[in-house]
Amino acid sequence: MAKKLESTLRNMILSLLFIGVGMSAALAYVYILTKEPIEATAKKAEIDAIKQVLPSFDNDPTKDSKTEENLTFYFAKKGSENVGCAVKTYTSKGFSGTFWLMVGFKPDGSIHNIMVLEQKETPGLGDKMKTQWKNQFNEKNPSQFKMKVKKDGGEVDAITASTITSRAFCDAVQRAYDAYMKIQKP
Amino acid sequence: MGNFRYFTDGLLRQNPTFVLVLGACPTLAVTTSAINGIGMGAATTFVLMFSNLFISLLKNLIPDKVRIAAFIVIIASFVTIVDLVMKAYTPGVYASLGIFIPLIVVNCIILGRAEAFAQKSSVIPSLLDGIGMGIGFTLAITTLGSIREILGNGSIFDIKLVSENASTILLFILPPGAFLTYGYLIAIFNAIKSKSNI
Repeated sequence: MAKKLESTLRNMILSLLFIGVGMSAALAYVYILTKEPIEATAKKAEIDAIKQVLPSFDNDPTKDSKTEENLTFYFAKKGSENVGCAVKTYTSKGFSGTFWLMVGFKPDGSIHNIMVLEQKETPGLGDKMKTQWKNQFNEKNPSQFKMKVKKDGGEVDAITASTITSRAFCDAVQRAYDAYMKIQKP
Repeated sequence: MGNFRYFTDGLLRQNPTFVLVLGACPTLAVTTSAINGIGMGAATTFVLMFSNLFISLLKNLIPDKVRIAAFIVIIASFVTIVDLVMKAYTPGVYASLGIFIPLIVVNCIILGRAEAFAQKSSVIPSLLDGIGMGIGFTLAITTLGSIREILGNGSIFDIKLVSENASTILLFILPPGAFLTYGYLIAIFNAIKSKSNI
């Protein structure tokens, strides 16, 4: 068996250099290999979310999108008819920090459906917002529907034991609605 | 035949989770569901296998004084590879494990095995040790994840066992449940181990 290298300065530098260069090369190769699948996966997740929250469409909303103040708007069309707009929105008032939602608005401004994209709320309590609870927003138009939990004088049933999450959810939806109304009237 | 012992060591006699009690951070943090356990275990097994293999191959090229730096570069590279591959092909698991994938770098099972085993042993035992330790870790945290998911969420591998509105023992999904379950599992594992003399 070969003898172990002595800890001389030259040996240490060469050994670390060798390992560093070798590992960087391997990483670069894997990066190139996975670059396309990663982009494809991210895009697919985005389109899946848009499909969930809007009626059927046939254009590619990820191409017809724009971003303003951290919100992203995806415009969906069927033929030439405008079927709605999906807004990727967020709130920083969640119980465990920021969470992201995808809210689908019909052209008249009413909500079609909402999907939770990314959240870290308490499992079993706050994360119940992913269940049927959020369906109470469907078909509601925020111009007539008071987007606040009942405790705060609004019309939204809060999740039991998760009022903070429910408030944050309303905040995110309201933010999406306000921004959507703003870009509709240029 | 003697080499096979290195494999079973990691599974039973020196199980990293229940006997060595290494890597408790991911063990406690990600085991809120069985699928998280499997994902974390698979990622760790991959890293452990290749870091053990490479370190045992390169052990004569690494001077003693810089060995930790060299090990960390090797381990971090494999973790980044796992991170990229999971991001590309298993986005669901990647999203729920989140920050704990990059944190495999500092999982002490991996550096521990590099330091205590791979740098002193030849290639085949090191590889077997890595696989054994990895599978031992995977089985342990999947068990932990399953128990917490059944008790805390009423489901296993996302299949609901109770009705949607049934109340479950939330405590087990929350951090204290991780400590409780982990403690009981260590006790049970050690009781069985001392009785059967394996």
